Amino acid sequence: MSTLKRTPFYPLQAERGARFVPFAGYELPVQFEGLIAEHVAVRTGVGIFDVSHMGEVVIEGPQALDAVQWLVTNNVDVDNGKAVYCMMCREDGGVVDDLIVYRETKDRFFLCINGACREKDVGHIRTEAKKFNARVHDLSDDYSQVALQGPKADLLMSRITGHPVGKMASFTFADAEVAGVPGIRIARTGYTGESGVELYVKNAGATTVWRGIMEAGKDLGLALCGLGCRDTLRLEMKYPLYGNDLDLDHNPIEAQLGWAVKLKKDFLGKPVLEAMKAKGPIRKWVGFKMLERGIPRHGYEIQKAGKGVGVVTSGTHSPSLNEPIGAGYVPAELSSIGSEFEVIIRGKPVLARVVETPFYKREA
Amino acid sequence: MNIPENLRYTKEHEWARKEGNLIVVGITDHAQHKLGDIVFVELPAAGTQIKAGTTFGTVESVKAVSDLFAPITGEVVESNGELANAPETVNKDAHGAAWMVKVKPANPAEYDKLLSALDYKKLCEAEG
Repeated sequence: MSTLKRTPFYPLQAERGARFVPFAGYELPVQFEGLIAEHVAVRTGVGIFDVSHMGEVVIEGPQALDAVQWLVTNNVDVDNGKAVYCMMCREDGGVVDDLIVYRETKDRFFLCINGACREKDVGHIRTEAKKFNARVHDLSDDYSQVALQGPKADLLMSRITGHPVGKMASFTFADAEVAGVPGIRIARTGYTGESGVELYVKNAGATTVWRGIMEAGKDLGLALCGLGCRDTLRLEMKYPLYGNDLDLDHNPIEAQLGWAVKLKKDFLGKPVLEAMKAKGPIRKWVGFKMLERGIPRHGYEIQKAGKGVGVVTSGTHSPSLNEPIGAGYVPAELSSIGSEFEVIIRGKPVLARVVETPFYKREA
Repeated sequence: MNIPENLRYTKEHEWARKEGNLIVVGITDHAQHKLGDIVFVELPAAGTQIKAGTTFGTVESVKAVSDLFAPITGEVVESNGELANAPETVNKDAHGAAWMVKVKPANPAEYDKLLSALDYKKLCEAEG
């Protein structure tokens, strides 16, 4: 068994009753007070997440733009200070990872990748970047990451930074002083469907920033949140989780993420994705609800008329809706809203119906 | 740790209690705490035969699915229908209102072979 790493926030979370689990090579909290309470806190107040397992990679150099454009599906030729959700694909269209690309300058890009994919991603990026005049730096060990999510996140941030977080547009970022620590990257991104920020913090100042957030959030009911509610929050939005919903055997078109695939540029995997976009995929990733009692889970079979036709990739009990929700790949002809099929739960077929997503919609 | 002296236990974290000639079964407070928020309970209907050490139902927390293991062999004479609509009762009152099934034991002596509160406490401590 390999040794698990600990983030700088480990002791601060342990003293607050965290229950830790191994994830992406780290010991990370799965829950504190309780998954549902944490989930509700993010939907109605504000929650803090340690997401330091995420990887950070910088690509820079005269051809950095060309290299990143080649590596990812979305268009990253955007203004400095903007962030773009992308996928990296292999030549066959299979997804290597989904990631966010931050454009720092004309010649420098900062990539946030999934922690569990770090080794694979960095290898892939280095191999492809060799075709360009660009350098790759894996900075994952230098950075910790904190997500602050929920309708009260902006108010909390206003107490610890002079940067006008409330005025930041979605998918933008800026570097500013936070809780007295300079050079913190404030990204207007998240994985919960709520407003808020993700903070990239160099390890040296990490606990200072954490303590500053905890202090400033005391009277806001700031909840310490674990990976458990991170998963239920993201699934209510039908945000894919790499390894569950996306992998090398599925491509972005099947995953209904075609909006993040830009065919006006060249990139690895484009011919396959272009052909599939034109013809339409034979299977699609859909969201569904159960018409009979049962909770769908990752890996459960989907059947139609007694025949296996697909698989559940994510499923849980939705704390916001107080009912089971699921997502999975089904044949295109079963993918329209209202289509019905059976999820096999402990050997029994349980009826399900495709619904509109996101499952959860924030009140305006 | 809340481990009442008057109950018997399994190493899979069920409790059992004598009630007249029946055995009442549920999951322990320690188990509900480990599982987290319980959102689904599936129990056998009255008349179902269950066998000691084998699964007789399911509880699910938001995150995970767990089998229920029968402490004793016998026939289910009643199952707690309330838990289908109020699974959170398991978190609130695991040893009381969240009883799961009442079993007519095939061999009442099996009950005496279940773990004592002291043995169960040791098991929980060993598992951490």
